[in-house]
Amino acid sequence: MEKWYLMTAVVLLGLTVRWTVSLNSYSGAGKPPMFGDYEAQRHWQEITFNLPIKQWYFNSSDNNLQYWGLDYPPLTAYHSLLCAYVAQFINPDWIALHSSRGYESQAHKLFMRATVLIADLLIYIPAVVLHCCCLKEISTKKKIANALCILLYPGLILIDYGHFQIMYNSVSLGLALWGVLGVSCDWDLLGSLAFCLAVNYKQMELYHSLPFFCFLLGKCFKKGLKGKGFVLFVKLAGTVVASFTLCWLPFFTERAQALQVLRRLFPVDRGLFEDKVANIWCSVSVFLKIKDILPHHVQIIVSFCLTLLSLLPACVKLTLQPSPKGFRFTLVSCALSFFLFSFQVHEKSILLVSLPVCLVLSEIPFMSTWFLLVSTFSMLPLLLKDDLLMPSVVTTMAFFIACATSFSIFEKTSEEELRLKSFSVSVRKHLPRFTFLPRIIQHLFIISVITMVLLTLMTVTLDPPQKLPDLFSVLISTELTSANPPLLLRKTGPELTSVPIFLYFICGTPTTAWCAKRCHVRTQDSNWQTPGRQSRTYT
Amino acid sequence: MRIKWVECAALSVMAALSVMTGGGSWFLALALGVTLLKCLLIPTYHSTDFEVHRNWLAITHSLPISQWYYEATSEWTLDYPPFFAWFEYALSHVAKYFDQEMLNVHNLNYSSSRTLLFQRFSVIFTDALFVYAVHECCKCVDGKKACKELTEKPKFILSVLLLWNFGLLIVDHIHFQYNGFLFGLMLLSIARLFQKRHMEGAFLFAVLLHFKHIYLYVAPAYGIYLLRSYCFTANKPEPAASSLFPTLPFQEGPLSCILGSKLLGCVQCFGQSALRHRLLSVGKAGDASIFLILSTTGHYSLFPLLFTAPELPIKILLMLLFTIYSISSLKTLFRKEKPLFNWMETFYLLGLGPLEVFCEFVFPFTSWKLKYPFIPLLLTSVYCAVGITYAWFKLYVSVFTDPPVGKTKKQ
Repeated sequence: MEKWYLMTAVVLLGLTVRWTVSLNSYSGAGKPPMFGDYEAQRHWQEITFNLPIKQWYFNSSDNNLQYWGLDYPPLTAYHSLLCAYVAQFINPDWIALHSSRGYESQAHKLFMRATVLIADLLIYIPAVVLHCCCLKEISTKKKIANALCILLYPGLILIDYGHFQIMYNSVSLGLALWGVLGVSCDWDLLGSLAFCLAVNYKQMELYHSLPFFCFLLGKCFKKGLKGKGFVLFVKLAGTVVASFTLCWLPFFTERAQALQVLRRLFPVDRGLFEDKVANIWCSVSVFLKIKDILPHHVQIIVSFCLTLLSLLPACVKLTLQPSPKGFRFTLVSCALSFFLFSFQVHEKSILLVSLPVCLVLSEIPFMSTWFLLVSTFSMLPLLLKDDLLMPSVVTTMAFFIACATSFSIFEKTSEEELRLKSFSVSVRKHLPRFTFLPRIIQHLFIISVITMVLLTLMTVTLDPPQKLPDLFSVLISTELTSANPPLLLRKTGPELTSVPIFLYFICGTPTTAWCAKRCHVRTQDSNWQTPGRQSRTYT
Repeated sequence: MRIKWVECAALSVMAALSVMTGGGSWFLALALGVTLLKCLLIPTYHSTDFEVHRNWLAITHSLPISQWYYEATSEWTLDYPPFFAWFEYALSHVAKYFDQEMLNVHNLNYSSSRTLLFQRFSVIFTDALFVYAVHECCKCVDGKKACKELTEKPKFILSVLLLWNFGLLIVDHIHFQYNGFLFGLMLLSIARLFQKRHMEGAFLFAVLLHFKHIYLYVAPAYGIYLLRSYCFTANKPEPAASSLFPTLPFQEGPLSCILGSKLLGCVQCFGQSALRHRLLSVGKAGDASIFLILSTTGHYSLFPLLFTAPELPIKILLMLLFTIYSISSLKTLFRKEKPLFNWMETFYLLGLGPLEVFCEFVFPFTSWKLKYPFIPLLLTSVYCAVGITYAWFKLYVSVFTDPPVGKTKKQ
């Protein structure tokens, strides 16, 4: 590309922001006995380096699973081992068995931060740059602006470099992004290999697995099940099996091994949700204590059914009409369905939704920017616990400025640009006066931003009342300890204004298509264009 | 709680400004962007200059004026002109809301988190003058052809190179100094000279001298230029005037003079102002080449100022960012003229890479580190001195060999 130097500048800027954020505190700093995610990461290096593979996931005198036991798939463990070898070379005290517990020093912090930066630089950032370069029908300047916005997304920076979430989200998200790039550019085997590696790095990536499956299945159907399609299907199955086997090979020696790992990866005993997370179960539990009303196994079934129902329309559509654009939108809606309805969801899982939203940033800039801002805000209580107020606010503002100037988001709120034209047209058949949708959305955005700013200010400057110590983190997420109406309003404010965004992404685009079809509206919905074909019209 | 209110107020102001950038003002976006980067640099290493300024806050706040230049409890006595002392006095009235203890003269090396926050914010806030001055300078720069592409407009490139200047970020916002607003004053006075508002320009320069006397380096240049262009102007016929004074090309007059005198007295930190002036007079490829050599070498010479490990990636990343952007954007701007660098200059600039690798990554692990710890510093200084001297020489050659340009032509 002719403006390579601008792209290089953008990457360097992204790296600088990441490193400066990493100069701040990390989760659990100076807080014995458990410390935090940072200590978990160090502990895994200790375990993987000093113990044989068979003992990594088992409770033993040398490996106390209660103290940050490994609960991520094997690829994570191998990565920890690699880092441990480097740590051993620099300073063996960092990973000495037992005696290195709670080890904290400036040099060690630098080492840990450096490992995150290097992983980011090798896996995530090249994927983002390649994705932006491969975008079609937009100018070079817009591609670079797109890369800038994605690299400045605050959520990932703050979690990986500030909070120091265990297991390098940038690695798993980067591998998933390589997978998306691969299957979008018709390198299906490489793409599925990359995605399998992502799943084997972090089991949370299963949120993205259905869209991958449906897209590839759709491609097989298109090529014809009796010919090339079948061959492709077999090749893909082979790739998936081979990659899983390779990663789990040391654990296939005994059945107990594999089962124990699975038990560590999927702790279904832990309940519907923990802590305060911005999903449906937390919200509903405000009014209805689901955890107490429904028995455990029923909770699992209800959660499963709702998740499946919410993601089914998009997945079916993708299987029948596979296209890279549709694939990206389906990634968003599936990940969001899992986040909202699934079991044992953590706050940080919003990152799994944010990555696909970053991929559609150039197509619906206004909604994507709004969503990404809210997603960062939803993690605020977690970040404040680690004294990350300044980096959070600064990176959020930088992201907002980057998006606002790159995409002129406030000028792109017409029905056409929000991809809600066919929806509005079909509604207008019954309600002719329904022309105010863009204005509602703009007002909601302003209310949402004001609410977020006010809640941030309140959280930081005011002390919560003694009876309600979690008041503000609760206001920000979805659990409530009091039924006080004004509190209810303040608590639900962000959620209420964010619900339209969530609904938009889950229902918006498939609903648009369905409504158009039902109302016999001829539209050019470019969401579902397949590559190499002329734009279609629905009948 | 007070500290949080102030933090929130500052951030709210920036938030409001960032909403305004939704309107598409690229200048505001650049200014806000670099301000946010400065906020991220708050927790970085700071040098003894931090204690220097804390001490001056304490002196000016707690003691009567008659004592300001006599007070010697701390080794960092007040050694800047009175306007700077008044500036610190004004700041101290805000400082008392952050942490009263920092204003105690006997609290040597006091650096609570609130003190740090106040000091850092004061530098960031006073940079507003610098931003305004850059804005004024941009008004003086007209693109020769109408460029549709924003990133190729001279105004845009100038704004980035000034606002996101590596040297200023490193020296002011990490090492800790107040050069931003001082350079703002200087740029503003130069801009006023360009706009033919000579009295204002002279006044601003006089004010600047009373803030930091080191700007005396450029006083001769100002003196000669004002004499020539304001006192003895073209009311008299041109040949008569020119016979009285050496002919200086008007286009480059003020800036080349300033640059020349700066370079003569060039110390590490002041290469910054030198190259900034050079930047304003970049009208052709030759100028761009001198600017780039000077800026790259000058910036690299600042590396020994930041010797701590956590700041190593920051200085390398920011230096690469600024250097790559400046070379590429100026190359694009002057792509129709001759190439910017000859082979010798290219090799010299590329040599900075291996030099850095040797000084920071190889030398610390060799046996010489204990016996000759000063070697990296020596190598850096000598290598950069070569580049800066070369740039100075090239500048003088260009000033005297370029044809003089008419009075009315603007940059």
